[in-house]
Parts: sequence; C-alpha cells; structure tokens
Amino acid sequence: MKLGRVTGKLWATAKDKKLDGLKLYIMQPVDEADRPLGTELVAVDTVGAKEGDLVYWVGGAEATFPFQDRQIPSDVTIVGLVDHLDIAKEDPS
Amino acid sequence: MILGRVKGCVVSTIKHPSYEGKKVLLVEPVSPDGTPKKGTVVAVDTVGAGDRDLVLVASEGRTATEILGFASRMPLRSVIVGIVDHIERYRS
Repeated sequence: MKLGRVTGKLWATAKDKKLDGLKLYIMQPVDEADRPLGTELVAVDTVGAKEGDLVYWVGGAEATFPFQDRQIPSDVTIVGLVDHLDIAKEDPS
Repeated sequence: MILGRVKGCVVSTIKHPSYEGKKVLLVEPVSPDGTPKKGTVVAVDTVGAGDRDLVLVASEGRTATEILGFASRMPLRSVIVGIVDHIERYRS
C-alpha cells in the first residue's frame, strides 16, 4: 500500500457497470513528508475520502477486492483515511 | 519481497474492514547496505516490528491473504513478514 493525497474528483457517466455508485478521485501519490511521487492517478474510493485528505491506497490485483460480493475493475483503490502519521524524529547521533 | 526501514506508524480511524485491529506502519525502502530508496510503503505488521527496524515487506501474489488468513481476497497487499537480523554480502 502507499500514501496519497486526494486532489480532485472525477465524474464519468459512461463507465463499466461494476463501477456504478462508486466515487472516483484524482489522487497524487506522496511520501511521508507529503512530497509528490510520480504522476496523479484515478482511484476508486471505499472509505468516504474528501478532497485534500491524506489516504492510503492499494494497487494491483488487490484493488479489485474491496467488496466481498463483487469484484470491481479498478487498479487503484483507496482503503483508509490517515488521521496522522507517527514518525519518530531522526536520532541526532 | 523488499527490504525496508520502519519509519513510523499510520494512525487511521476510517479504513477498510480488512485493516481493523492491525498495526499499519510506514516503511522506507532501502538497499541491502541501508541506503534509502525513493518512496514510502504502507504495510501491515505481522511480526511485531518496531521503529527503525530493518524489515522484509512482501507485496506480491497472495501473500497478504495467506498470512492474515482471510477467507476471501481483500484489498490489502503489503505485509511485513520478517525482521532482518543480519545481511551477509558475497564478494564479487
């Protein structure tokens, strides 16, 4: 899984039926210091993310399994909202 | 599997049910000599890894489903499957 920042919302009327009812967001993958990594992606949301949220997402085959009763045609799926990151300060020594 | 250094912890209230009750850590990918690589991986801990530990992260195949014992496949891909004690490099 990776971190990402939700940067926009996307609407598509004509899409695969299995995507009906799901929210699509534009998401910028970021590192733990919120620096952008690579290009923005379109992600399926499963947790109620909002614009500006820091999230974690899953890619690859696992992105198709957020629901027990159906598979969705997604390769990027948001699976958690980050409250905060606990990062210990670098040891000065 | 990749090698990584545990950098911190992800605190999250709203998440997919497959992450419920699991420790979710931030891991920085590193080379075998410890040099940091670009990017950050979010991984579920299964071995009791702690801050600054050098760990093995598996993200391929059905590793997560197998290790966490899910009955069906879940949207969870990266798991910490080991804490590295020691690495020996062969001379080339």
